[in-house]
Amino acid sequence: METASAESVRKHVRVYVTVFVTLMALTLITVAISTLHLGTVAAILVALFIASLKASLVAAYFMHLISEKKLIYAALTLTAVLFLVLMVIPVSHFADRGL
Amino acid sequence: MQIPYTVEPRPDTGVYNAKLGIWLFLASEVMLFGALFSSYVLLRVGATTWPHGYEHLNIPLATVNTVVLITSSVTMVMSWASLALKNLRKFRVYMGATVGLACVFLVIKGFEYAAKFEHGLYPSESTFMAIYFTLTGLHGLHIIGGIVVNCYLLGPGSKMWKTDPARFTNRVEIAGLYWHFVDLVWIFLFPVLYLL
Amino acid sequence: MSEAAPGALAGIRTDHHAPPGFWRTYVFSQDHKTIGIQYAITALLFLLFGFTLMMIMRWQLAYPGQSIPFIGKFFGDANAPDGVMLPEFYNQLGAMHGTIMVFLGVVPLAVGAFGNYVMPLQIGAPDMAFPKLNMMSYWIYFVGGLTMLSSFLIPGGAAASGWTSYAPLSVIATAGQTVWLFGMICLITSSLLGSVNFITTILQLRAKGLSFMRLPFFVWAQLVTSFLLLLAFPPLEAAGVLQLMDRLAGTSFFMPSGLVVSGQPLAYTGGGNPLLWQHLFWFLAHPEVYVLILPAMGIVAEVIANNTRKPLWGYRSMVYATIFLGFMSFVVWAHHMFLTGMGTVISSFFQATTMIISIPSIIILTALFLSLWGGSIRFTTPMLFALAFLPMFGIGGLTGLPLGLAPADIHLHDTYYVIGHFHYVVAPGTLFALFAGVYYWFPKVTGRKMNDTLGRIHFWLSFAFINGVFMPMFIQGLAGVSRRLYDGGAMYSHAQGVMHLNVFMSICAWCLGLAQIPFIFNFFWSIWKGKKVSANYWDATTLEWAAATSPPMAHGNFATTPEVYRGPYEYSPPGNAADFLPQNQPVEAR
Repeated sequence: METASAESVRKHVRVYVTVFVTLMALTLITVAISTLHLGTVAAILVALFIASLKASLVAAYFMHLISEKKLIYAALTLTAVLFLVLMVIPVSHFADRGL
Repeated sequence: MQIPYTVEPRPDTGVYNAKLGIWLFLASEVMLFGALFSSYVLLRVGATTWPHGYEHLNIPLATVNTVVLITSSVTMVMSWASLALKNLRKFRVYMGATVGLACVFLVIKGFEYAAKFEHGLYPSESTFMAIYFTLTGLHGLHIIGGIVVNCYLLGPGSKMWKTDPARFTNRVEIAGLYWHFVDLVWIFLFPVLYLL
Repeated sequence: MSEAAPGALAGIRTDHHAPPGFWRTYVFSQDHKTIGIQYAITALLFLLFGFTLMMIMRWQLAYPGQSIPFIGKFFGDANAPDGVMLPEFYNQLGAMHGTIMVFLGVVPLAVGAFGNYVMPLQIGAPDMAFPKLNMMSYWIYFVGGLTMLSSFLIPGGAAASGWTSYAPLSVIATAGQTVWLFGMICLITSSLLGSVNFITTILQLRAKGLSFMRLPFFVWAQLVTSFLLLLAFPPLEAAGVLQLMDRLAGTSFFMPSGLVVSGQPLAYTGGGNPLLWQHLFWFLAHPEVYVLILPAMGIVAEVIANNTRKPLWGYRSMVYATIFLGFMSFVVWAHHMFLTGMGTVISSFFQATTMIISIPSIIILTALFLSLWGGSIRFTTPMLFALAFLPMFGIGGLTGLPLGLAPADIHLHDTYYVIGHFHYVVAPGTLFALFAGVYYWFPKVTGRKMNDTLGRIHFWLSFAFINGVFMPMFIQGLAGVSRRLYDGGAMYSHAQGVMHLNVFMSICAWCLGLAQIPFIFNFFWSIWKGKKVSANYWDATTLEWAAATSPPMAHGNFATTPEVYRGPYEYSPPGNAADFLPQNQPVEAR
């Protein structure tokens, strides 16, 4: 981003607007789906899928992760792996113990 | 000796110091909210009953808040783009809008909290209300932090535009990364607390 | 935006209009060396304080129910009527001893002090990447420390639920626990800011030519340690917030349904899970073990390479082992929880990861041992401490293996064996390494060396007495004596056979306290009266010795920006007149 020329910045701005519209649409979709009161598992899967999609858009375009340096990717990959380890806490707690 | 790479990126890593610093900080934030999210899962799986968010919480208000926060993310990134285009006036407009929207978010949140308290719903009511207040409260604190930083950049901090515009642009980018992360957390909190 | 060539950055800082005043120079300094010294002094004082708490506890363990001599009457009737320690007060001392030693003593000394002072010098940087943040880290740590100390003065006293603060006991404990939580949140915040700063500094401010495989091992240790702090501490911060909510807002995150205390049902809605606290706590606290040990290993590696006058054996394998160790430390937390009703599959998993994580520790320790082979060892005072570290850490590590195996842990869990195990790692292990660091870098900071005779007295007495304190704990633990008994096991018949060891251990602990007097005297005496020495007193190769002795207390460490031409430990290179080749010596000059 450091060498962003005026032209490329203008191009970015157009992308931001597109992403913004998409995010709004996804917000409405996820609210709409929630009114259908799907089963618990289906509802969780759909809601988390849409949330992940929105989060990816924010991270990729607003936070410029789509064109970031390797070092940042490496740090975030490590974080992502350890985030998954955090999610193992409930698994390790309930698996093999019974609810 | 001056500290190198405060403005221009270090050739072999490709980033300037604060860029790396903020991403590391955000990594720790991921672990903070990750741990709370993990706790939420553990408590919910272990609970005998768990209410649906829509039974207790106000979805229309939260939807409006989602829209407000996403919009503030866009104005934030636009304020950075304005600086990249060397337009300080537009930066002020967009940054002002970001701060304003953040305040709107907090006011709406305040109404939500007030409504809960009116109905006697306090954090001690149930594990669900406990996690609701804790997660949204902590997120709210992050919003306040963002408002403070953004107000600084809008006010006294913007003096740097005259002396060191490149560094000021970087600062706005860094504040933006933090702000988008706060938005990102809300994107997950919204469905997890309200819709499920 | 890359118009500034790297060479132009070496220019002298021009924005210093006037020399900074007293407050900016010594108190709210942004210079990494001043902050390092601030950390060192504060942490050493906390270590002394935490150790004093333990010496008081040892009286109660050796002579349960007897009035504490001399100082007993100062604790007040609420804690020790007629100088006889109450169980509640004993619990406060125990919880605060652990908290202070780990979070206020060892980590700030190992990372805050040595990391801050030495690491930027070793990588040839003018300062830390974010000097203001560095200052904030120290002051938040300072406030957190004062908060912790202040809890002794409030009604009900300090936190008394152990340094682990297990729920639900900690949730219903007296107000001291709330203060403990606020103190912890300060300390965690300080560590997080510090670790962001450390990682950025190491990755961004390395001198020209200082590639990753040329970094001194100490810098590697600090880098991995910082990642552990950065990513393991937030879950404890989350847990702290949840426990604060439980205590202040009446939530039930850690409170199960239907909890009855002293025949009274508690006013909690329930539905929480006490084990959640343990998961979150140990998710931090196991990596924390490596936060305690890795910087110590880094210091020992520096001292050993310097005093054997030969390169470290297996530098690369040590680096890879350190990285692997750091990563694995995130997937072993539940071996602290074998007795919480975990099934065999999950405990087998954590058993396996625990056995795996011992491998990198063994690689590092073996490499350090092999580094001694064939060296012409200089038995300097820092080297004595570094040499003692090796077997002491070995004992600590090896006695940990039975604890990592669920069947053996059933017997040993929460006994004095556990206390013996982790104290061998942290006390004669890490603390000895930290003493080695103090003796080793003292000439760098002050331009004077510490007295060798006093250093030797300090070393041999400490070495003898510290083993006298901790070795009998293994015997007591194997006999099944619980770690938390305020009478040392007098109430239990199974403890009667090993009770007599308590007196011996306590006397050793007090003598260990006396053995620190030569150190304290030496430390202050040497600052003013120690023998003046040259800038590179130890004939060392790493960059911190290329800077001036006691570099000026402002940004800027080196007269000229250093450039690195070789690895960190080129001792006794063939065909060289001197027996060492500094990292910054150009190749042509050989």
